Amino acid sequence: MTAGAVLPWLALLPFAAALALAALPNGRRRSAAWLAGGAALLGCALLAWLAAPVFAGEVPHWSVEWLPALGLRLGFRLDGLAWTFALLVLGIGALVVLYAAYYLDAKDPPARFFMFLMLFMGAMLGVVLADNLVLLVVFWEMTSLSSFLLIGFWHADAQKGQDAREGARMAFTITGAGGLCLLAGVLLIGQIVGSTDLDVVLASGDVLRAHPMYPVALVLVLLGAFTKSAQFPFHFWLPHAMAAPTPVSAYLHSATMVKCGVFLLARLYPALGHAEPWFWIVSLTGLVTLLLGAWTALFKHDLKGLLAYSTISHLGLITLLFGLDEPLAVVAGVFHILNHAVFKASLFMAAGIIDHETGTRDMRRLNGLWKYMPWTGALASVAAAAMAGVPLVNGFLSKEMFFGEALAKQSHATMDWLLPIGATLAGAFGVAYSARFIHDVFFNGEPVGLERTPHEPPRFMRVPVELLVLLCLAVGLVPALSIGPLLALAARAALFGPNAGTLPDYTLALWHGFNLPLLMSCIALGLGAALYFGLQRRVNLHRLEHVPATPRKSGRDIFAGTQRLGLGRAGRTTAQLQSGRLQRYLATLVLVALAAGALPFIGGGAQAGPSVESPAPGFAFVLLWGIGMAATVATVLLHRQRLMALLMLGAVGLMVSLAFVRFAAPDLALTQLLVEMATVMLMMLALHWLPETSPRERDDGIWHRGRDLLIALAAGAGVAALAWMVLGRPFDSISPYFLSHAVPQGGGANAVNVIIVDFRAFDTLGEVVVMGIAALVIHALLAGWQPPFRPALPPNPQDSHPLMLALVSRLLLPLALLVSVYLFLRGHNLPGGGFVAGLVLALALMLQFVANGQAYVGQRLRTHFQPWIGWGLLIAGATGIGSWCFGASLLTTSYDYPLWPLIGEVPLASASLFDLGVFLTVAGATLLALLSLARLSAAGGRGMEPPP
Amino acid sequence: MTALLVSIALGVLAASGLYLMLRARTFDLVLGLTLLSYAVNLFLFFMGRLASGAAPIIGGGRAPTLAAYADPLPQALVLTAIVIGFAMTALLLVIALRTRAETGSDHVDGRERASK
Repeated sequence: MTAGAVLPWLALLPFAAALALAALPNGRRRSAAWLAGGAALLGCALLAWLAAPVFAGEVPHWSVEWLPALGLRLGFRLDGLAWTFALLVLGIGALVVLYAAYYLDAKDPPARFFMFLMLFMGAMLGVVLADNLVLLVVFWEMTSLSSFLLIGFWHADAQKGQDAREGARMAFTITGAGGLCLLAGVLLIGQIVGSTDLDVVLASGDVLRAHPMYPVALVLVLLGAFTKSAQFPFHFWLPHAMAAPTPVSAYLHSATMVKCGVFLLARLYPALGHAEPWFWIVSLTGLVTLLLGAWTALFKHDLKGLLAYSTISHLGLITLLFGLDEPLAVVAGVFHILNHAVFKASLFMAAGIIDHETGTRDMRRLNGLWKYMPWTGALASVAAAAMAGVPLVNGFLSKEMFFGEALAKQSHATMDWLLPIGATLAGAFGVAYSARFIHDVFFNGEPVGLERTPHEPPRFMRVPVELLVLLCLAVGLVPALSIGPLLALAARAALFGPNAGTLPDYTLALWHGFNLPLLMSCIALGLGAALYFGLQRRVNLHRLEHVPATPRKSGRDIFAGTQRLGLGRAGRTTAQLQSGRLQRYLATLVLVALAAGALPFIGGGAQAGPSVESPAPGFAFVLLWGIGMAATVATVLLHRQRLMALLMLGAVGLMVSLAFVRFAAPDLALTQLLVEMATVMLMMLALHWLPETSPRERDDGIWHRGRDLLIALAAGAGVAALAWMVLGRPFDSISPYFLSHAVPQGGGANAVNVIIVDFRAFDTLGEVVVMGIAALVIHALLAGWQPPFRPALPPNPQDSHPLMLALVSRLLLPLALLVSVYLFLRGHNLPGGGFVAGLVLALALMLQFVANGQAYVGQRLRTHFQPWIGWGLLIAGATGIGSWCFGASLLTTSYDYPLWPLIGEVPLASASLFDLGVFLTVAGATLLALLSLARLSAAGGRGMEPPP
Repeated sequence: MTALLVSIALGVLAASGLYLMLRARTFDLVLGLTLLSYAVNLFLFFMGRLASGAAPIIGGGRAPTLAAYADPLPQALVLTAIVIGFAMTALLLVIALRTRAETGSDHVDGRERASK
């Protein structure tokens, strides 16, 4: 297997582990931890196997097509920088898993925790390994998402839930928004360079920097980096993310996620660096963050709060180093990324141990712990020394390099003295808060009001801290041996990307002789110690509630205020739009449709009326038209008397049916006529349970009705105008195709029916399904239900069914059924078909109800109609699928005209089988709907008075 | 002339339907919806133009053109639309009925509007 082919496995590994963990039953802490830890260790092993080619200078690649239309490939790439970061992600990940196995409470679901952790690890590895900037952004947002889940892990906890939710939301909002900026920046870079492929982008630094859009792309990318790496003014999310379980803080907020931002700076340095804007923006942001973070950390009483601000400050330091835009500064930046990851992870773990063993992280209560947990105290002291930059530990070395660079940078007169002074001052603050971390917790009196006596943690909970502290010492004592090759590897990739170049001269050694950086270190140490002990003596840090010399209004307040404002606005707007008044919604809908319809006509879209002469109306048509209009207007005028309105509506329907006759649509006329009968019957049945009249509304005054009338008239006028304009135009239709192909392809002369059951059978299938569903819903709503009140007109027991009607209807039934069969059979060639036949059948049966009553029919008709719908749909569907058996596509038909004895030649198309399905569904659905209502009337309501 | 009458009829049907749909009672809404669906179905139907030919039943040696036959396509569309419209009216009525039983009001909002 080549080195490149391993990469996708490496990248997939954590996701596979997450999937396995998701399947694991919750509560199996040990197996969950083994699974997660195993994945991390396996990743480390893969990485070790890949070390040989990477250290030999190769850059293994692997990629597949992703979005070829956009020229995007999904691929991974492992250069020195990626290898180093992958080692951080997997190595510290393994240690964090071990630590978390002991840290998690019995009531925390371990499988879920480790699953989130693995998701994060996978996302982080993706960011590091991505060989394409777009892919990098995808993984970048995935780290935001998974960290949201991790920070909010205790979201349901009664005490910690509020903070966890708020912290998670804040972190996600800020880093997610930054990610969007980054996406915009990446796309812009892609536009400028012509590719988002990392190799291409890194080799196109000159093109990028010369482009007029370079500053925009730079700022967008930096926004992404600064939000993720908690740089001022976006830093405030990080302290609130401390609501996360401590293993998460140790992993995400020291070693990995917050390093995403500075990783991006290192990654894109060859492309975006070497320019004035880069220097000013990045270095000044870094400097401000460095000082602000270090100063604030000193005054935090919460252990993790102190560490969070310290992290902000160190990230500022790293940013500043990259911003200096000098080769040696970049080396120092990479070096400090590694050092900080190691010592800060161990410090977070130590803080977690203290929290775990004492139940608090408040330094005003935690004092004098040395005698209870000396071993933890010793470990924490070494790590804190690294954080302070004391000799013999790793932090010292990178800090010396930083001091050296701050002195050496020559750019601008002000910066020349600002940088060394700022660096020394930040160093002093760092010493002060490190001193506080150790002195305030392990010494400085006795613990205050602890619930239990603290003691050393379980053996294996301490192992990760021990390993990390050992690393601090190894790097601090023998840097050239321990970290030298790795640093050179990573720094070379950060400085040059895939381009050729030589590393600047530097020596990794503990002792560089007496020089200015050493002097600055000494000043920082002295000043820091004096600052801390002076503050403790003079002011007593424990009494300070507010960080001196910083504004009262924190970033969090601004964030919360903005969020409140947005939510308030959104809430009010929603309340206005969603008033709960359906009439208003409908009016809005109509008005919007009107506006949308009128829009094309504004600005001369409308042209004068008909150019095609329409036929003369004729007396019969005018009569029909007059009755129809009169009945329509009468329906509106009489709508308060509902029965009258219903009769008028029936008249309108009949006129519509006649209009279909007039304009050569016999199928439609038949259907409309039958549906009209069914509708009127249905509405009369429903009226039984509704008020007889529509009351005049309290708010339905003349103004209200006038407004509605205006809206309705405007819409009506629009419809009329539209119809008028369309009817006058010549048109080009696809219909001749159906006319000429109906017989040769569909085997039917009735073009309408052939379209329904053949050419557009799939539509029809959908429509009968809808019809079946509607009927079943009606059945579900009414079956076994009884209205709680009496019907509007209680049935009169003396009211017998009219004899003539009863007798005639019984005689007519066989005839009606025959007509139904006849209409069905001839439908393919003459007006008729499944829809019409189904309706005739349904109405023939309903007529028996009307004429003879529920009791009569109930005794004779014991059929349920739900199966009709089912069988109908089954037959129609099976016919359609049947064509597959003959290698044709869905719903293809075939036909023949077999000669039946006595009957003659009968058209038999497979479409007729489909039409049978339609017939059964339509008949079943219509009967089910009508009978459900009819049974309701027969059963009668319960005794309550009907509501007003 | 016929086109004008047809257009006016469509407009009156649509306006009447919409006016009734804007009323506050469920039954009025159903009436209005029925009128509006007449308007929509006829509109769709007349998009095949005012036919002067025969019904689209092929035969009699006529050429399969729109001069000889009425347009079958809108007819097929409207036919299914009429039946679906019936199913929807039925469903709407049943929901109106149940709503009145559950809420004690046949107001479309499910509750009587408080006095102003």
